[in-house]
Amino acid sequence: MSAMARVVRAGVARRRVQTVVIGLATMMAVTAAVLGGSLLAASSGPFDRAFAQQHGAHLTTQFDAAKTTAARLTASARADGVIASAGPFPTATATPRDAAADIDLPPMTIVGRATPGGEVDRVPLSQGRWVNGPGQIVVAADYPLGPSPLDTVLRFPDLPGQPALTVVGVARSVSRTGDAWVSPSEVAALTAPGAAGGYQMLYRFAEASTAAHVDRGQAAVVALVGSPALAGAQSWLTVKDANEREVALFLPFLLAFGVLGLVMSVLVVGTVIAGAVGTATRRIGVLKAIGFTPAQVVRAYVAQALTPAAVGIAAGVVAGNLLAIPVLADTDQLYGTTTAGVTWWTDAVVVAGALGMVALTAWAAALRAGRLRTIDAIAVGRRPRPGRGQWAARLTARLPLPRPVSLGLAHPFARPARAAAVLAAIMFGATTVTFAVGVAASLNQVQLAKDHAAADVIIDTFAPPPGAGPAPNTKPRVLSADDTAKITTAIQAQPGTGKYYSVATTRVAVAGMTGSARLDAFTGDASWDGYEMVSGRWFTRPGEAAVPSTFLTATGTRIGDSIVLTDHGKAMPVRIVGEVLHPTNNLLVFADAATFAATKPNLTAASYHIRLADGVDVTRYLTGLNSALATSGFTAEPQRSTGSSGTIVLLDALAALLTLMLVAVAAMGVLNMVVLDTRERVRDLGIHKALGMTPRQTIAMVIASVAVTGLAGGAIGVAIGVAVHRAVTPAMGQAAGTNLPASVTDVYQPTTLLLLGLGGLLIAGAGAFLPAGWAARTRTAVALRTE
Amino acid sequence: MTVPAIELHDVTRRYDDGPPALHDTTLSIAPGEAVAVLGPSGSGKSTLLNLIAGLDRPSGGTVTVDGVRVDKLNEAGSARYRRDKIGMVFQFFNLLDDLTVLDNVVLPAQLSGMTRSAARLRAEELLDALGVARHAAAYPGRLSGGERQRVAVARALMNRPTLLLADEPTGALDTASGDEVKRLLNDLHADGQTIVLVTHDLALAESCATRTIRLVDGRVVADNTRAVTVGRAR
Repeated sequence: MSAMARVVRAGVARRRVQTVVIGLATMMAVTAAVLGGSLLAASSGPFDRAFAQQHGAHLTTQFDAAKTTAARLTASARADGVIASAGPFPTATATPRDAAADIDLPPMTIVGRATPGGEVDRVPLSQGRWVNGPGQIVVAADYPLGPSPLDTVLRFPDLPGQPALTVVGVARSVSRTGDAWVSPSEVAALTAPGAAGGYQMLYRFAEASTAAHVDRGQAAVVALVGSPALAGAQSWLTVKDANEREVALFLPFLLAFGVLGLVMSVLVVGTVIAGAVGTATRRIGVLKAIGFTPAQVVRAYVAQALTPAAVGIAAGVVAGNLLAIPVLADTDQLYGTTTAGVTWWTDAVVVAGALGMVALTAWAAALRAGRLRTIDAIAVGRRPRPGRGQWAARLTARLPLPRPVSLGLAHPFARPARAAAVLAAIMFGATTVTFAVGVAASLNQVQLAKDHAAADVIIDTFAPPPGAGPAPNTKPRVLSADDTAKITTAIQAQPGTGKYYSVATTRVAVAGMTGSARLDAFTGDASWDGYEMVSGRWFTRPGEAAVPSTFLTATGTRIGDSIVLTDHGKAMPVRIVGEVLHPTNNLLVFADAATFAATKPNLTAASYHIRLADGVDVTRYLTGLNSALATSGFTAEPQRSTGSSGTIVLLDALAALLTLMLVAVAAMGVLNMVVLDTRERVRDLGIHKALGMTPRQTIAMVIASVAVTGLAGGAIGVAIGVAVHRAVTPAMGQAAGTNLPASVTDVYQPTTLLLLGLGGLLIAGAGAFLPAGWAARTRTAVALRTE
Repeated sequence: MTVPAIELHDVTRRYDDGPPALHDTTLSIAPGEAVAVLGPSGSGKSTLLNLIAGLDRPSGGTVTVDGVRVDKLNEAGSARYRRDKIGMVFQFFNLLDDLTVLDNVVLPAQLSGMTRSAARLRAEELLDALGVARHAAAYPGRLSGGERQRVAVARALMNRPTLLLADEPTGALDTASGDEVKRLLNDLHADGQTIVLVTHDLALAESCATRTIRLVDGRVVADNTRAVTVGRAR
């Protein structure tokens, strides 16, 4: 073995703690980097990526089978601009029922496809397999069948023979071409009697980047098939817009976490390696004294740093890839995409980056030490330069604190560069925690605002009458004036009723806009039920309306403007008085039902929402109210917490995972620095112990040595975290097409900020605890010999 | 009968698989004695001092100092024992470079819980008595070797220890500074301080100690008490 190899091996083996710290820190940093990089990759144009992978359909068309033929549709592939097509696939729309759970499911568009592949819309399976015979069905991943839909039996009770199909696979078409797929021969049995059925044709065009391009392509197709046969068409731009609106709320959040993960990794690896090589200055001096050239010293130390780092990097890549599996599965769910895990190039970039970072940092630190005069290299290295931080030592000695604590407090000032590195690690950790806590709180506020669920009791007119058993809940009962009177009287008469309102839902046209808007027409004041205002106020009289941000954007209106809603040919001008936080892609208007008394006299309330007076027991109230409602056939129920949506749960889990990892990486950075420091100060520790410092006092001194840095890092990190949150959160809202109110952007309470600031101290303490214990256990005689 | 200040009974200290650094050593030191431990390098002198100071533990046997079974103490107990009963002076002074002379000296008292103001009074007395009071606000790096060792002695005496242990106290000093330290140790002994001194320096042993113990390969090969009384040299 060469002298160089021996030096490297001895350096790695003898400095076990440092070797382990380098390995562990690199591993954690690489794990975080792989996860962060994967999130960045997955969040980079997820729809476009999935669309390209799947050869998505620029135009999805539905044709009436009674008005055209399969041959004619096949021929439409030769229309101008069409570069690829798939179909015709027979289609049917039917309403299934989950046989085992005994519940009705939403109507589904079923497409007959023999294979998931083809020229257009290559549908990837996320679970199970494709259909290969009768009695089987593949469902879309977003069809509401729960997390384990495989083997579920779907029965179609409205169809002759009540066919039953077993779910054999779950697929995700980014083009949203169907809710389910069966063998083409199965479609006839799923077509309602008397219905002609339909065909689906999928097209890709040479040019499809704008709505005009897609319209031109559609026109070319229709020209060949005949316009009467076209039952419906969906542009990929519409699907893309809906998809991006859905994920836009979360994209900046994931991007921010990805970037934090990468930055943190670079910081930690850099400081760990620089510190490790920096403390070896004396050994480097000895090596030079026995004949090593500066170049040999540099090579030896780069190799010495790379050895444990390489092991850490390998372990980190494995851990990162394993952790990324559930995370990417969740992001796929969120983005509506399918990925095969961490991309090879993410791993490659992280590995190359980490190795390069380690080599570069070790090279720079060793080069500096290698260039020192040998005698200086031997002289420095073990002790801080005398004179540094003496003012701090003088100052803290006068503080009314136990002496071990005041000794520790002065310590960072003797090693300002190292204290700065510790500060940076803690700062990033605190930033991460603050940002994660803030975003989680903001998302929960958005979710709460979206749910509008501050009521205690609900009377849902969608619900079946009591004792009627399961029934299709697809439309509300049409309430007669008598029904309305009975419900209203019962609510008003019931002791304990605080506030209540009812809401009816219908559609109206908005002047100047194509299509229609949903109108939520309220009777009574609903402002207390979680309708969070971004600006302006809730409506208080007929003729006023509140609208979500998307409505203002789509109509180009502002608060104070008047709009004209048209229903059954009657125009009803309303004035917009407030902007409501309600993330939605659709046009939506909240207004007083009295506004529409003339045009919609029979508007049926879909639900009644009741808030109880303070101190009223919900169960007792429900018993009384239901007793009063018994003859009406309606039932009052407690407001069920909708809980967090799946997306919120995913994001909360992601935030927790990444936060935990980055905080662990931060603590590892602190650990490394304190280990280095404790090693260097082992003689001083020996002196203290020889003078009678107990193990507990030693621990207190070491912990105190990072306390100031921890507090400062925590304070700065919290400030940065709040600033990042303030920058990212409105961007999240704007990307989702909504402005956010102060309740969503200003989520940090003073106590929360205080606790978060103390988090820096916690990170510092966690990082310093192990070396503090090591210092306390160091045998005094050994420590005093370490000179 | 006077209770011994230090009593070692069949003490052995073995490191790993090598020969014992100290082998079945039994000795007793009376209060007020000044004992010099002599011997070549590796003879076990420092091991003996470390065992008495509670810095190390014997592999076998018992170490009792001022009635305290030092070999039975845990780490915290050893620390408290050193604070209360031991003052140590090292060859290379072992002063903390980032603390002033005064802060170095008050440190043992502060570790014992004494307030800074009370400790400061005692430290100033000591620094004055040892002739280094003018350096109280200076840092150790600015002092000569002899001055640093005086500061180290002041620190060792801060808690009025039962026993002063000195490990080659003149080993890093020039002749003049070494003489200063010799005079200082003589003074302390004359005032009744029990001293155990480890040294290669025969002259130091002769001038400061009433008794010399010679160690070779971890065994006591000679233990001589001088009839003369060492008096105040100044």
